[in-house]
Amino acid sequence: MTLRRVVVTGLGMLTPLGADTASSWEGIKAGKSGIGMIEHFDTEAFSTKFAGLVPEFDVSEYLPPKDARKMDIFVQYGLVAAIQAFRDSGLDMEREDPTRIGAAIGSGIGGLTNIEENHRKMLDAGPRKLSPFFVPGTIINMIAGNLAIMYGFKGPNFATVTACTTGTHNIGFAAQQIQLGQADVMIAGGAEKGSTPLGMGGFSAARALSTRNDDPQGASRPWDKERDGFVLADGAGAVVLEEYERAKARGATIYAELVGYGMSDDAYHITAPAEGGAGAAQAMRNALVGAGVSPEQVGYINAHGTSTQAGDVAEAMAIKSVFGDHAYKLAVSSTKSMVGHLLGAAGAVEAIFSILAMRDSVAPPTINLENPDEGCDLDFVANQAQQRGIEYALSNSFGFGGTNGTLLFKKG
Amino acid sequence: MSSIEERVQKIIVEQLGVKPEDVKSEASFVEDLGADSLDTVELVMALEEEFETEIPDEEAEKISTVQAAVDYIKAHS
Repeated sequence: MTLRRVVVTGLGMLTPLGADTASSWEGIKAGKSGIGMIEHFDTEAFSTKFAGLVPEFDVSEYLPPKDARKMDIFVQYGLVAAIQAFRDSGLDMEREDPTRIGAAIGSGIGGLTNIEENHRKMLDAGPRKLSPFFVPGTIINMIAGNLAIMYGFKGPNFATVTACTTGTHNIGFAAQQIQLGQADVMIAGGAEKGSTPLGMGGFSAARALSTRNDDPQGASRPWDKERDGFVLADGAGAVVLEEYERAKARGATIYAELVGYGMSDDAYHITAPAEGGAGAAQAMRNALVGAGVSPEQVGYINAHGTSTQAGDVAEAMAIKSVFGDHAYKLAVSSTKSMVGHLLGAAGAVEAIFSILAMRDSVAPPTINLENPDEGCDLDFVANQAQQRGIEYALSNSFGFGGTNGTLLFKKG
Repeated sequence: MSSIEERVQKIIVEQLGVKPEDVKSEASFVEDLGADSLDTVELVMALEEEFETEIPDEEAEKISTVQAAVDYIKAHS
């Protein structure tokens, strides 16, 4: 069976650097940090008091406020990114067969804000005070579900949930629907609003977060000796994936082709990466082999690079084991140094940054990289973006549970 | 102090995102004001809160128009 080709024809995102793709990407290229102090709840008792928060934006440009009110913030973020991507694609539902269009948008955690609020109401006043919109506003597949209702998408509709690999897996599985002929167009990505008391407290309890409270913008510092954990961030990313021939025929902007998708699991520990990054390496290899692309053709890797002690070293080792000498020639960077870790949305926004890196011939920087740690000796594009032509870019995501995913894109 | 009618109207406008002039006394929440079954549950909860009363489920089911809501509140406050 010949697989159909899949291209990217629309982009959308909300990140701590901006409430759309253009402003987020400008911030990335300029090496800006989007991290700031948390002010939406009292962080007095919390060991980490900062996060990457999405700047204010007008939700009514995307959704009737009456509907938005019934949705957790992560659902709103996911819908906004998906609507941006759909508008960017130039698709017109008047001319489309709705049964051939689907959506796959997940989240790592889901509606924490709603869970916290409704739980408090129930404890204070009993179960009769729970909102009828609590469940449909909180569960993870409701971004894809609401999107289908808004536009009439009657094709495949799902939400893969794999912690910090969520965005990557949703894009990968959505692309497979197109490759296999189940759909012609899929809107895919991830969304997260984890900066709530439960989210911050929970990741702090797992000792996963940086506690650099006196310097939040310097806290996300992948591969640097002084790194002390990841910086939690909110946001969403979505891409429009489309079958190549029809995208070409309608004259769509083709940002990139998704040529490879690899997966694996560490089978090692619930939160820590396997030493040496064997699982990560296998995901990268699977993506390359599936695409028939040699390691030497890859010019840029958007690393998972979360700024944790073990994770950053393991990924560097994984890259060396897959790319050999070429590992030292290609550019590797972590855009998490600027936007923080968007958990279930990370893979989606990082896929987009990888695509834009190819379009603009710019490798985004890893900021705050002042003294690279031992074994972290690749070209991490320290602190300043690099001009360089990139034909193939690879985007890595690794999540709790040891789940790994790699997307491989070819310049459009 | 606003009248019961005005307070009910205000809640309906907020909950259902409709214009005040559309909230006529004979208007049905579902037929005329675009509410679905979940919206009407939430609307009743908002009325309970505003008027500090408990509306039993079997009574709530009968409150399907603006007038029915006003009548219920008047009879029970």
